[in-house]
Amino acid sequence: MNKIIKVLFEQLNIVAQCKKYGVSLRQCPQFLFTAMGIAIIITTVSTYFIGIRYNSDPEMVALVVIGLTIILLVISFIILQSFEQLAETNRLKTEFISIVSHQIRSPLTNLKWIVEILMSGILGKTEGKEAEYYKILKENLERMQKLVSELLTVSRIEATKLVLKKEEFSMENLVRDLISEFDPLAKSSNIKMVADIESGLPKVVCDPFQTLQVLENLLYNAIRYIGSPIGGKQGEIILKLGRDGKYVMCSVQDNGIGIPKDDQRYIFQKFFRADNVRRYQTSGSGLGLYIAKSIIDKSGGKMGFSSSEGKGATFWFKLPTTRLATDQK
Amino acid sequence: MAKKILFIEDEAVMQKAVSEFLATEGYEVISSLDGELGLNAAKTRKPDLILLDLILPKMNGFEVLKELKADPATALIPIVVLTNLSEMGDIGKVLEYGVTTYLVKSDQSLKDIFAVVEKILSSVA
Repeated sequence: MNKIIKVLFEQLNIVAQCKKYGVSLRQCPQFLFTAMGIAIIITTVSTYFIGIRYNSDPEMVALVVIGLTIILLVISFIILQSFEQLAETNRLKTEFISIVSHQIRSPLTNLKWIVEILMSGILGKTEGKEAEYYKILKENLERMQKLVSELLTVSRIEATKLVLKKEEFSMENLVRDLISEFDPLAKSSNIKMVADIESGLPKVVCDPFQTLQVLENLLYNAIRYIGSPIGGKQGEIILKLGRDGKYVMCSVQDNGIGIPKDDQRYIFQKFFRADNVRRYQTSGSGLGLYIAKSIIDKSGGKMGFSSSEGKGATFWFKLPTTRLATDQK
Repeated sequence: MAKKILFIEDEAVMQKAVSEFLATEGYEVISSLDGELGLNAAKTRKPDLILLDLILPKMNGFEVLKELKADPATALIPIVVLTNLSEMGDIGKVLEYGVTTYLVKSDQSLKDIFAVVEKILSSVA
């Protein structure tokens, strides 16, 4: 008996239950079940009163209603069970990603540090083929590490554990730093980078490190997907920064392969990679844009894009400025 | 005299890599493979800086941190937490002990770690 009461109370603590699954209230089986229960009670009561008014035999009406309610309860319980199973599977998947990524991190760090020692020349100079192979080893380790850290970020987003800082900073400084950082890479890929920055922009309120990651991701994508195998055209990336009401708008425009129309609606889904991209760029996790959009959404901003296949793509995001943040207080 | 760095870390490969690197930069590295040994070494060997992992056998990093800060003989030794735990909760817990440097292993190269150590030790000296 005690056990039943305990289980009942656990089930009644809706917020805690929903937190356990890492789903929002709207998707949470416990919440749905309770909402359904309340709806049923309201129906019963109102039906009863209608019965009193319009029927000479209210007991009969009440009996019918109670019968119906029991059937409804049984049905909704079955729904609840299946929902719960679904949520549990989802939670396990997120946990699995998190555990695996954490476990991969240690051996990966070991490898990275050992390769660093081998390459540093502490144990003797490396040259020629040997140095070349070490370099390959290092690059692939970095690639693996990037994937692991992306997976961890995804598992944090899904478990609603991603914590973002709220700091004031200048997007202009961030963009200018990034351009000088990316310039060598762009030049070596025969891509011209143009910056178009409106003067006197207000500061934005967001997590500067995560915003940097978002913009880096957009720039990497632009550079990667300009490298069209068909045309020998000059690649160009236009980075724009401007005001948009109480937001600062940032956009990255490229003249690369673009996104096919059919693929456009999936572009922010995790693990999604467009058809034309997969054909000639085999590496890539399909997580970058999913993470970017999650970060921007969570910061109170918006993110979107426009593109036509073969002509290029423009990805934009806007972040709230200090003014908007103080207005909302 | 070479500065002494105590590295409390249970994974032997990491011990080896960091010790090797810091030794060539002229530091003396004392290695401890678990929390208890690490705490003892901190008290007896008087290191100039402690590199501390958080997931450790026998006594975890948080406990080591607590003991180090509670003992006046070791409370002032600068501590750099070097771990693969990167959840905000863990970082917050460590910062409460007055540790200012929290490094996530997988984000660091040996050069980065050396730079941090060098910076802290040069500001102390």
